[in-house]
This record gives sequence, C-alpha cells and structure tokens, in this order.
Amino acid sequence: MYVAVKGGERAIENAHAWLAEERRGDKGVAELGVAQIREQLALSVNRVMAEGSLYDPDLAALAIKQARGDLIEAIFLIRAYRTTLPRFGASEPVDTGAMACDRRISATFKDLPGGQVLGPTFDYTHRLLDFKLAADGEVAEAPSREAAAGDVPHVTDFLNREGLIEQAPHDDTPPPDLTREPLEMPADRALRLQALTRADEGFTLGLAYSTQRGYGRNHAFVGELRIGSVPVEMDIPELGFAVEVGEVTLTECETVNQFTGSKTEPPQFTRGYGLVFGQTERKAISMALVDRALRWEELGEDNVGAPAQDAEFVLYHADNIQATGFLEHIKLPHYVDFQSELELVRKLRREAGVDQVAEAAE
Amino acid sequence: MSNYNFAYLDEQTKRMIRRAILKGLAIPGYQVPFASREMPMPYGWGTGGVQVSAAVLTPEDTFKVIDQGADDTTNAVSIRTFFERTAGVETTTATCDATVIQTRHRIPEEALQEGQILVYQVPIPEPLRFLEPRESETRKMHSLEEYGLMHVKLYEDISRHGHIATSYAYPVKVEGRYVMDPSPIPKFDNPKLGDMAAIQLFGAGREQRIYALPPYTQVVSLDFEDHPFEASKADHPCGMCGATDSYLDELIVDDAGGRMFVCSDTDYCEARQAAGHKGKDAA
Amino acid sequence: MTPLLSVQGITKRYGNHIGCADVSFDLYPGEVMGIVGESGSGKSTLLNCMAGHLTPDAGQVVFDTRTDGPRDTITMSEPERRMLGRTDWAFVHQHARDGLRMGVSAGGNVGERLMAVGARHYGDIREQATDWLGRVEIDASRVDDRPTTFSGGMQQRLQIARNLVTGPRLVFMDEPTGGLDVSVQARLLDLLRGLVRDMGLSAIIVTHDLAVVRLLADRLMVMKDGHVVEAGLTDQVLDDPQHAYSQLLVSSVLQV
Repeated sequence: MYVAVKGGERAIENAHAWLAEERRGDKGVAELGVAQIREQLALSVNRVMAEGSLYDPDLAALAIKQARGDLIEAIFLIRAYRTTLPRFGASEPVDTGAMACDRRISATFKDLPGGQVLGPTFDYTHRLLDFKLAADGEVAEAPSREAAAGDVPHVTDFLNREGLIEQAPHDDTPPPDLTREPLEMPADRALRLQALTRADEGFTLGLAYSTQRGYGRNHAFVGELRIGSVPVEMDIPELGFAVEVGEVTLTECETVNQFTGSKTEPPQFTRGYGLVFGQTERKAISMALVDRALRWEELGEDNVGAPAQDAEFVLYHADNIQATGFLEHIKLPHYVDFQSELELVRKLRREAGVDQVAEAAE
Repeated sequence: MSNYNFAYLDEQTKRMIRRAILKGLAIPGYQVPFASREMPMPYGWGTGGVQVSAAVLTPEDTFKVIDQGADDTTNAVSIRTFFERTAGVETTTATCDATVIQTRHRIPEEALQEGQILVYQVPIPEPLRFLEPRESETRKMHSLEEYGLMHVKLYEDISRHGHIATSYAYPVKVEGRYVMDPSPIPKFDNPKLGDMAAIQLFGAGREQRIYALPPYTQVVSLDFEDHPFEASKADHPCGMCGATDSYLDELIVDDAGGRMFVCSDTDYCEARQAAGHKGKDAA
Repeated sequence: MTPLLSVQGITKRYGNHIGCADVSFDLYPGEVMGIVGESGSGKSTLLNCMAGHLTPDAGQVVFDTRTDGPRDTITMSEPERRMLGRTDWAFVHQHARDGLRMGVSAGGNVGERLMAVGARHYGDIREQATDWLGRVEIDASRVDDRPTTFSGGMQQRLQIARNLVTGPRLVFMDEPTGGLDVSVQARLLDLLRGLVRDMGLSAIIVTHDLAVVRLLADRLMVMKDGHVVEAGLTDQVLDDPQHAYSQLLVSSVLQV
C-alpha cells in the first residue's frame, strides 16, 4: 500500500531551524557582530550595497551575516527589503566634481591638477598571505595630511577643453527608472548605465575582459578613477531649495577610448562611464568598458557580433538576482512536465519498435 | 510581519499591477510589460504569480496554492504561508472553496466557476522565445501576427518524430489573434483553458510580463488539420481513487522499478477517496 | 497596361555619400529587369529600397496590389509591407544562409511561407515542399535534411524554392549566382531561366555578371556612382552600348 508524501510544512520549518544553527556555527566561537562585518568586511558590504541598489552599510552587513557570507544571497535580501520601502522623492544629481576623494588616479596623465592620490588600494601590495593577521590584526595609525582644498576637476574636462573628446552634453531629461518601469528595448544609455551599475560584478568583469581580448575591442585608457564621498541633496518643496540629506561613497571611472572619426566629425576620443556605490573599483572599470562597447551604434561602429555589444544580451542577463532565481528554480519539482515528457518519449519509442522492458516490472 | 502592507506589496505597486491585469484582460493573450518588483522569494519561484495574487487578493478572499497540482509540495506551502502571514487571508485546499487559486504547472481537475480567479506562475511568457531569442523581434512578430515560424517548429516535430513533440507549455492561439504560452502545464490541461468560467491571470516576474484570459475566451491549441492536437495522459487509472479522467503522476515504488500512478491534483484525489472511490493501490 | 511595379525618383543618401539618386523605371508583368554595375554603384541600395529593406530619402515604389491596385509600398504600413513580403514578393539573397533557416529542414524551409499565409495541413505542405524540391532539382529524399548538409549550389536552389512556393508576382534577386563555382552557376542560371519562363515571373535582378542578365533579363539598367547611366533592351545595351561606362563594362568581360 502506498501513502502519499505529506508534511512539506514541517520539513520546511525543520530545514530553516537547521539553517539557523549552521549559520551560527560552533557556539564556542564568538558570534560575529554586524558592526564587525561593516567595518572589517567593508568591500563585501560595498558590493552588497551596489548590486542591492540600496546604500545602507548596516543593512548590508546584516544581510551578509544572515546569508552566511553568500553575497548574492545577501544582495537578494537587500533587494527584497528595498522594494517594500516607500519612495519619498529623488535626490538632485550628485556632483562627483565635488567629491572628497580618498583615491584619485589617472592613467593618461602623469601629473594633473588635484594630483594622483593612491588611497587605500591593494594595487601595489604583494599578494602574500599575512600570517600575522591570523593572530593579531591590530595596526599602527597610517600617516595623514590635510586634504587639499577645493574641487578636484575631471580629467575628461581637460580633454574636452581642447575638443579632443566627444562632448557629453548636459541633459535634464529625467532618466528612466529600472526599478519602477519594466526594462524595454532598445534601452537608451541612461537605462543601460542604470542596469550596469547594479549588474553582477563577475558578469560585468567577464564581459569587460572579453572586449579587451578582441570581442568588440575598443582600447580603453582609465582617464580617471576616483573614490570618495559626495553629498546627497534633495529638493524640499516646502523649503523651495535643496538641502543636504547625507553623503554616500562612490567609485567613478571614466575611460578614454579611441575613435577614428568620420567624414562629418574630426577624430576624437570617446568615453565609457562607470559609477558604482561604495569602493568598488573593479566593478566601476568593468562597467565603463561595457558601457563603451554598448555604444557602438551611436558612434557608428561596426557590430562585430561581440556579446558585449549586444544590449539585449547584456541587460537581460546581468542581474544576478534574476539569474540565480531562475537557475535555482530547476530544483523545484517538475513532476508534471517531466511526466508528460515521459509519456511522449515512451510513445515515440513504442512507435519506433523499441521493446518496453520496464512495462514488465509493473 | 505587521510592518508590511496587506499582502506585502504597497498600494501603489498593487495599483500598477492591477492596471497591467486590466490591460491584459482587455487584450486577451497579449503580454503586458509591468515593473515587476523584487519579492522575498527568488525569481523563477513564482514571483510573477505572487505579485498578481497580491494585487487581486482582498481580505475576504479564500486562497489556495498548488504546485504540480498538489497543495502540500514545498513551494506551495511556502507561498501559502507567505500570504497567511502578510495578508491574513483564509486558506484552503478545496478547489471549490477557493476564490483565488495560485498554481504552478497545473489546472485543477474540478471545473472552476464564475467568480474564481486562477493565477498562473509563468517562467518564460514568450511562446516564440526558443525560436527567436530577441525580445525586440518577438514583440514585432506578435504585433504583426507573424506566426509562421511557430508552425515551422510543429512541422519539424512531425517530420522528425511523426508527432508534435511538445508535451507541456503547448502553445495556443487566443481569440484568433495572439499566440500565447499557457505556462508549463501539461498539454492534457490545454482544453480547460478555453471557455473557462473563471478569470485566468498569468504572471511572469523575472520576465516582467502579465497576460490574461477573461472568462469564456476562445483558446485553440496550435496544430495541423491532419495532425490534430491531442490532450494526452498516462493510460492508467489513479491507484488511489481510481479516477480515469485525471492527470497522473508516476511514482517509483520499489527498487525493481515498480511504478504506480496517482492523481497529480491532490484535492481531487482526496475528495474522491472521501466519497468512497478506491483505486487498486489504496489501503 | 498598368505596370506591376513603378519606381519613381528613388534616392538614398548615406551622409554626404550618394547611395542611389533619382532612379525611375516601370516594370510590366512578366518582365525581367537586370541592374548591372560594379560594386559601389548603388545597385544593391536600390534593390533594398525597392524591397522595403531600406527606407529611401525620396521617391515612390508603387506596386500593383491584388486587392487595392497600385499602392506606394514605402508609405504603406509595416504589417502590409511584411504581408507583401511573404505573399506577392520574394527576395533571393546572394548568400543562401541569409535567406534560409539553417537549423530547419529543407521541407520546413519551403513550407514556412505556406504556413505563414495560413496553410494548416501537414500532408499538403509536405507534398508541395517535396514537389518544389523536385522543381529545383533537389532529390525528394533530402526533404528532412537541414541545409547545412547541402552544397552551396543546392542551398541556393533551396532558397529559390522557398521563395517561389507561394507563387509570388515579383521576385527580387541580389547576385543570385554570386559566390558559386562557374559550373554550378551555369546550372543555376539554366534552372532560373526555366522557372522564369514557365511561371511567367516578373523579376528584378541585381548583378555584376553580364552573363546573368544576357540570359535572364529582358531589359537592362546600367548604374554608376548611384545614377542610371544607360537603360534599354538587354541585347541593345550589351551589343551597342552608348554610354562610355557601359562600353567599358561590356568590353571588359568575355562575350557570352
């Protein structure tokens, strides 16, 4: 006699309890605090904020803790939380020219107004495991000096003054909102950038890398990479002017790319652009390269069929929350579809004259 | 869950979804783009259906969730629990008592009535997707009614296998206009799509599409005159309730490959057993 | 007699560069028009403007439709134009790959146009497809094979069958023999000539190969730098070219 499988509810509860226990790990080891994650795993926190599209280091740290360090799971938690938040309004566009830079480098000019500021970077460290950290992670205070006063001008502005780089005209059109409107093709640049800034870091990196290796090649110089905090201002209708509501740390990357020019336009450099929440350098550079590759049409370049040139391909597959959900849904039961396929295959095999050995087992 | 709105989504979002649903009902079979929200369950796990349910549920509703026809599969339990917590609506497993039924991959065996709403979870709403990967092109094909390619696929099936080798997510034409993906229901369920008394709503969260069939809509499964559509199922009675008219799951019951067949619709099967019907494997 | 196609003042520019300028001609039912010129002469631009693949900057392409008589196909709605494209018009690409579905069987390729206009009987569709394979000299046993397994010449013949199966009234051909071996070209030309004669097809053939127009075209236009420099009966133009460029073109190839 057969008894149908029951008790999905109990099984789920038990699985969740076990998960909570696993998350905590060995109780002999001190529990990880959210503040510890926020302060000491800041680059994970930054990635979760960037791809989660929500600037809140404490929530991101909490999500990382809850997700047992699985960053895509943490991003998912943040996204799901984000949708429930009411929207009070939109800020004024942030002015990255007024950024208080922790890091600001240019690969195109050796020296320039505002200077090269290395900031806290892994770039010139030797990647040797530091066993001392395992025992004692206390550090001496780093040397410091007063920050130089005044705004740090953008490198591309210097080129622009000479007409050497394409104009990026000021545009007051409100950008489309990916989180409030469905993604529709063809997507303009504002929408593409919006999708890229929250795109999966690994996917964006892979695409950017592919353009460097010749799949839609367009040699890029890092015109400028800057990381620092910018004030966020919001227009308060009752006051009639914008007030500062806080500040966010951003990473901005502007690439300078070759462009041969055409009959109507003299040769000029072109631009790729990346702007991402937090200190997220790899992502911002990747974003700028992919942005530039996607602009082939407006710049009159050939479509060589490279993945990074294909806006539909890039934008529909860059979101890791969509991707991971759909990928993992194949774990869900598919008895019904599978059953209908079974029937069909059996029927076709029967017609093809294959003996049905299994029938005998019934 | 008290800090969340009724049925989780805020009222603005629900209104946006309702507008998409109304548009879908006005143009049966047409895929309406909507700004799908991130939900607290993963994409591909019913977020489209959950958003549609959230938008149509009222506090007076009675809600039922099935996955593969069953009320007690893990994902059905998870979604039902979600609405119990966020909407506090009554839930049921009885098809006839439910006012809103969210489903994955099945249509209940019992005929639905006027006043009921059936909400489908849809993974890939575009019936032309695997023939043409580009969204911009498939939308054009729909708007110009260029469906020749769809029949080319069916033609190729017959020339290769002697049959149309599509057994689930079998494409249909709605009111002689739009070709529609009925979600991955087995083709056995296709005949129930047409002329149904209940409202049918289809939600695809990841793909950001909603479409709908108003009551009593004409729905025709695509076929050839000389290879007509056939709703098929395993040629057995249900081992538990003896039903011969229901869609069956196949179970492997021992190491020797012994099999039995039972109704995939658990409510239908249990109701029949309660009424005294007995299959050959029942106790 | 109403022309089947009346082309008036077609102009297409690419920035400052002229694709084709102010081209006009009439094509009557049953007539085959050849357009010759070297690459860059604007003949392919003209063909694509006429067939609706490119939108010209100026001009009209008036087609004598079955139901509504002469209509300008450029100002027609896209659904109407696409409908024409799968019923009364056909387009044979230079590269068979551009005109075929390489992942679909030969029968499916030929049957697609039938299904697109509503054929819903598998047996009939298959019979017509098989019949057409025979007419383009492809063995009926290949009906379920994909074009990827076909030779270049066979692919091109399959493309022709796929286009002609719905009995179009006007066929656009873009270098239909280009890229094929000489012996294969000859066979294809022979086949095309037979089909044109038997079906009374009207066609516009763009080519740089004068042998093709000599065999197939009733009339000829010679294009250079986007302009038509000479037009007339094929024999007349080929045997007694008036324009200096036509003379150069004719003298530069072997007489056929």
